[in-house]
Amino acid sequence: MESLVTILVFAPLLGAVLAGVLGKRGDSKPAMAVATVLLFLSAGLSWGVFYQTAWHELEPFVVRIAPFISVGDFQSAWSIRVDTLSAVMLVVVTTVSALVHLYSWGYMAEDGGRSRFFSYLSLFTFAMLMLVTAADFMQLFFGWEGVGLASYLLIGFWFHKPTANAAAIKAFVVNRVGDFGFALGIMTVFWMFGSIEFAEVLPRVGEFARTEWAFAGAQWRALDIACLLLFVGAMGKSAQFFLHTWLPDAMEGPTPVSALIHAATMVTAGVYMVCLLAPMFELAPQAKQIVTIIGAVTALFAATVGLAQNDIKRVIAYSTCSQLGYMFFAAGVGAYQAAMFHLFTHAFFKALLFLGAGSVIHGMHHEQDMRRMGGLMRYLPLTFAAMTIGNIAIAGFGVPHVFGFAGFYSKDSILEAAYAAGQENPTAMFAFIVGVLVAGLTAFYSFRLAFMTFNGPAVWKHEADAGHGLKAAAHHPDDHATAAQNESHSEPDVSEHGGAHGDHDHTPHESPWTMLVPLGVLSVGAIFAGFVFHERFFGEEQAEFWRSAMRPDRVLFPESTSRLLEEAHHVPEWVLWSPTVASLIGLAAAVFIYLLRRGMGARIAANAGPLWTFFYNKWFFDELYHFVFVRGAAKLGELFWKRGDRDTIDKLGPNGLAALSYFGGRRLVRIQTGFLYHYAFVMLLGVAGLLTYALFAFGAVE
Amino acid sequence: MIPASSLAEALGLAAPELILAVSAMLILVGGAFGGRGSSGVASLSAVAALIGAAVAAAWGDQGVAFRGGFIADDMAAFAKAAIYAASAVAVVLGERWLGRAGNAQFEFPVLILIAALGMGMMASAGDLIHLYVGVELHSLALYVLAAFQRDDARSSEAGLKYFVLGALSSGLLLYGASLIYGFAGSVRFDDIARATAALEGEGTGVLFGLVFVICGLAFKVSAAPFHMWTPDVYEGAPLPMVAFFTTAPKMAALVVLARLLYEGFPEAVDQWRQVVLIVALISMAVGAFAGLAQRNLKRLLAYSSISNMGYALLAISAGTAGGIEGLLIFMVLYMVDSLGLFACLIAANRAGRSMENIGDFSGLSRVNMPLAVTVTVLALSIAGIPPMAGFWAKYFFAFQPAIEAGLWGPAAFGLLTGVVAAFYYLRLVKTIWFDPAPGEADVPPLDAKLIAYASAIWAFPVFYVVVSLIEPYAAQAGRSLGLS
Repeated sequence: MESLVTILVFAPLLGAVLAGVLGKRGDSKPAMAVATVLLFLSAGLSWGVFYQTAWHELEPFVVRIAPFISVGDFQSAWSIRVDTLSAVMLVVVTTVSALVHLYSWGYMAEDGGRSRFFSYLSLFTFAMLMLVTAADFMQLFFGWEGVGLASYLLIGFWFHKPTANAAAIKAFVVNRVGDFGFALGIMTVFWMFGSIEFAEVLPRVGEFARTEWAFAGAQWRALDIACLLLFVGAMGKSAQFFLHTWLPDAMEGPTPVSALIHAATMVTAGVYMVCLLAPMFELAPQAKQIVTIIGAVTALFAATVGLAQNDIKRVIAYSTCSQLGYMFFAAGVGAYQAAMFHLFTHAFFKALLFLGAGSVIHGMHHEQDMRRMGGLMRYLPLTFAAMTIGNIAIAGFGVPHVFGFAGFYSKDSILEAAYAAGQENPTAMFAFIVGVLVAGLTAFYSFRLAFMTFNGPAVWKHEADAGHGLKAAAHHPDDHATAAQNESHSEPDVSEHGGAHGDHDHTPHESPWTMLVPLGVLSVGAIFAGFVFHERFFGEEQAEFWRSAMRPDRVLFPESTSRLLEEAHHVPEWVLWSPTVASLIGLAAAVFIYLLRRGMGARIAANAGPLWTFFYNKWFFDELYHFVFVRGAAKLGELFWKRGDRDTIDKLGPNGLAALSYFGGRRLVRIQTGFLYHYAFVMLLGVAGLLTYALFAFGAVE
Repeated sequence: MIPASSLAEALGLAAPELILAVSAMLILVGGAFGGRGSSGVASLSAVAALIGAAVAAAWGDQGVAFRGGFIADDMAAFAKAAIYAASAVAVVLGERWLGRAGNAQFEFPVLILIAALGMGMMASAGDLIHLYVGVELHSLALYVLAAFQRDDARSSEAGLKYFVLGALSSGLLLYGASLIYGFAGSVRFDDIARATAALEGEGTGVLFGLVFVICGLAFKVSAAPFHMWTPDVYEGAPLPMVAFFTTAPKMAALVVLARLLYEGFPEAVDQWRQVVLIVALISMAVGAFAGLAQRNLKRLLAYSSISNMGYALLAISAGTAGGIEGLLIFMVLYMVDSLGLFACLIAANRAGRSMENIGDFSGLSRVNMPLAVTVTVLALSIAGIPPMAGFWAKYFFAFQPAIEAGLWGPAAFGLLTGVVAAFYYLRLVKTIWFDPAPGEADVPPLDAKLIAYASAIWAFPVFYVVVSLIEPYAAQAGRSLGLS
């Protein structure tokens, strides 16, 4: 088992290296094939591990591979930790990654840098696997930064596009803010516990439950501080409120990347970390409150913004953001099982939605603006079917006690837990109310997307004559894109189109089988993942299901969470129905606005009412950040650079000294006249000077 | 040291000098019969004589001869071997160069031999008379060498300037020597040491004389403020002569200065150290700063040598056996770098004209890659950039003894001037690699090319081996002066 797990983790790395090396030659097919096959191997092994864990009571274990850092008490090792938590993540990561690899065969078929793309994808997968199998904070951080790097490379994959570069840099910089908090959190943990190994830290959290530190004139609970700092890292990686701005822009990357990194895997790393550290968070009530609030606010914020966006990928990006908010407030109220469950189901339907959107974009010849789509149902029937499944799943339709799509089970479990926790905790009740509201909004924006894309008049037909060249001019008049808006950048029309895409008309076409197979597989997951795994993740069997390799008692989540889940199973009946009802209301609104009253959506947008403008401009966060941080930092930097460095340090330091040296050298050379008597004079002056100095130095003159 | 008991034994101790003197005369006579065509044979013989003398110096007996006036010890042996080797290289470089310039004369190797003889005497000098004779003997030969291209006005000017200022410095030296003799009552270094110790604080007169002698020798090593002749003479004199000037005579003058200071004034270290330090500091500063303004490479290397003499004097002012060891190894490494750089200058020609200005070297990397690499290695080495030889020379053999003697202030000053001086070496490197080439370079002459390559290979990495081989000898030489 240990060697199999090792192969599982390192196969993607091998794939990344081989793809990078093989891709140097002209043909990129071998590189792509190697990366894909290795990823499927990895995915197969992951399912094996998961199956063993979930049904065969496989005991959790840790494989130690090699020492990493060993300085004094600071010990870190490369290891692979296998327990329920990491097994769930392994399945999610490798499955989605393998499907995305396959999908990319079709999606990136015309791109010149395919082997590089596959290499990056595999590299990302490896970093993500390192992250989820970490047995100490250091490796967690390594994986954390590794996925950040791969994300940067992949967002900026089309590096000749300025917007892609800007988005890549933005993602990196915003994540740096989070990583700073994360690093501080790790240091705090090391300071408290003297170790960064989970197996050392987590069993001992109880010892520090009452430890307090004085800082800035107040007493702070040590665990609260540590958890909050770590949560800042999670906020950055999982695009939570305040640090969310990078995720929508990250849609500049190719769509398979969005599906893999910015929907299913990397962005859930923050949730994963909070669940991993559940024993710590359980003893940090303040931190839990903040996690709950941030999660709830993010869920609401992102859902409202998603209502007004026109770029198909951006809608899904905000939807991701919103769903991550759900996961966080689930963790915040103490229902880590529910958070992990939603993470698990979300991976399927969100990857499905993204890949479906990619299929639409592919079929529409790299058009992303939904206002220029419409009526695609006839042209892309399979994509339509898959997207509809995804939308039903994310909207959470289902009948309580009977059957529902994946999102139904996980979202309901979150809301039940929030309600149960809300009996004593007003913050949790707030989260519950927000959660129900957002369920309605989710249904609305999901079906708005579906209707705008697949139903209604085929807008693109009218523009087909104008061709792609007039894209910018053909934008709707209401699109008063502000400077920071960055809306609707289409993916580039790859110039090496060749016969497949080149000269034929612009009729949308269905995608090749390499893209449809992943859609099919994910559809199955989006339908059944909730139904099949509900009992294990959240229901009666959860206590046996969640086993940890990090504590001697093998318990992953503390006792208090089990109690909460027990209460969650006995909430009033209306709590079970409320999200379903909210979703139905949202669906009805979408049907009314976008199907029955055709053109009403466009009219709302054209009116540009204050609320719509507020949502459309993403609550003006980009403008605010641009004004405060970007311009502020630029001004501050310019001050330090121009006044501080150039005018002060350089002028007095290097440049000034250099000029002085040169000036001195010129003066010194001027005594070199070439006249003998000058030379002799200088020599005699030297003798006289030395003698005078010597007389004083020898003490002959008092 | 065992005094020689008989004349034969004394002559045996002076075997290197005898070999050089006899060969010089034989070559002179042979050349007079052989005429112009004999310069090749004469040079070959001179090289053989120098090698023979070096072997005799290195493996010959040790002792004191001529009433303490002539000392053959480890330091003399080490210095002589280095001096004779550098002289032999100069003979090779000069013979070929003069041949190409149409001025091959058999007197050239003779003059080098006589200079080497004088320098050997300086290294072995045990009293002020021998010191003075050695200084004059080699100086007179150098004056002639500077003016060797007698049809060239600049060469003649260089010779004349060197001669007049050299005469002035000889005057200073002699005046100082007479003062020392007058106050100490002896010309022998060991007697002077005893006399000064007995004076107990009343030794100002002796030390006053010592300052004059230091000034005279400082002129020979071109230490500031007695450096004024250096740039002009270097610029005017023929290239191989300059390569010679910048190496062997400086070694000789530094060694004799060290011997005078260490053996003649061991009790007055604190006093003479201050004078030597002042000269060292001024040399470092002048060499570094004035070099910034130079465009002519020969003048630039003149300033480079001035600042390097500052480092050498810093090692001497340590006043310890480690200082002597550092001085000797520093000088060996410096001599190789300098010879290599001048060999590069000889090798680099365009359309028959020597590349004398920094601008002439632009784009050399595109025209002659091996030569460009060689110049780069040597320039980086003399700039003191690791892992080249010059780095270790400066920081371990010049600065370290000074720091161990508590002179960390002057060592820090040397470090700073080294940073300033690095500018002009790096500017040369930049010119070679990043500036456009104005045209093709001539095919470098074989002798200069080989010597340049050998120096570069020595500067990195051969010296790592060689230094570990010669370091025990240098350490022994340092102890031979009777210091701890």
